[in-house]
Amino acid sequence: MTDTPFVVAGRTFTSRLIVGTGKYSSFPVMAQAHEASGADMVTVAVRRVNISDRSRESLLDYIDTSRMFILPNTAGCYTADEAIRTARLGREAGLSEWVKLEVIGDERTLFPDNEALIEATRVLVKEGFVVLPYTNDDPIACRKLQDAGAAAVMPAGAPIGSGLGIQNANNIRIIREFIRVPLIVDAGVGTASDASLAMELGADGVLMNTAIAGAEHPVAMAEAMRHAVIAGRLAYLAGRIPKKMYASASSPVEGMVGR
Amino acid sequence: MEITLNGERFELEEPLSVTALLARLDIDPRRVAVEHNQDIIKRHRFPEVVVGDGDTIEIVNFVGGG
Repeated sequence: MTDTPFVVAGRTFTSRLIVGTGKYSSFPVMAQAHEASGADMVTVAVRRVNISDRSRESLLDYIDTSRMFILPNTAGCYTADEAIRTARLGREAGLSEWVKLEVIGDERTLFPDNEALIEATRVLVKEGFVVLPYTNDDPIACRKLQDAGAAAVMPAGAPIGSGLGIQNANNIRIIREFIRVPLIVDAGVGTASDASLAMELGADGVLMNTAIAGAEHPVAMAEAMRHAVIAGRLAYLAGRIPKKMYASASSPVEGMVGR
Repeated sequence: MEITLNGERFELEEPLSVTALLARLDIDPRRVAVEHNQDIIKRHRFPEVVVGDGDTIEIVNFVGGG
């Protein structure tokens, strides 16, 4: 079955899986996991250079930038101003206009502050950024982000790093109906079936970090996620059967021996 | 003279260009973004922007994140 390509803001990606670069036990393990995932977009964070210790290796030494598109985030920002400042710094460091926009509203849940997120989206879109906002699974917030010029909307399936899986499948389905821009489920995935479910619900892509980096065997989990996203997407396109309360025999009821 | 570099006090003998400061810190200019008194300095301007006494400098790069 032929699929339409995964296009965000005019850029085509071969994989619908987007992976993070945080929390890995080492850079070589991360690089292997990236390879196994098949992803061609990775997220990174923008932080102060460690001035006192210059011996540490650079993350970018372990990302094949000829193959991987780098998406800087504004993780850890709690106000629109802070997120805008971080986005601008990320643009200078990476020389791309793309940003995964996060404006966090609460430390324990890492839930977004949607009001500030929409405001920051508006400002950055005006400055020419391609904004991919991390939001919650609120269809109205997603619609407002689209109206503010977001290139995609990225609702959380569950809290960041929780591994709880899609908590409100119905909302993801409704968001799919509400918006025209790509829908990327960002955060909350714990294992392969969660990624498949996101895709089965109609997501155009899935973004994850901890589910892979925190797995006992990150490289194996990255491969599992690659298959899960492909399988979920295919199932979505194939059109699943409706759910019914009672059985419906798969084998013929006629021609039974001895009847 | 003294500047504030990534939130810490930092001693310099004399004013330096951003390019010279990065070289002194052993930082590859192609992989960082620099803020000078809260203004982002475009990379092509690193040689001409001078860091002087009392200035605040932020140097950031990409690290692992989700």
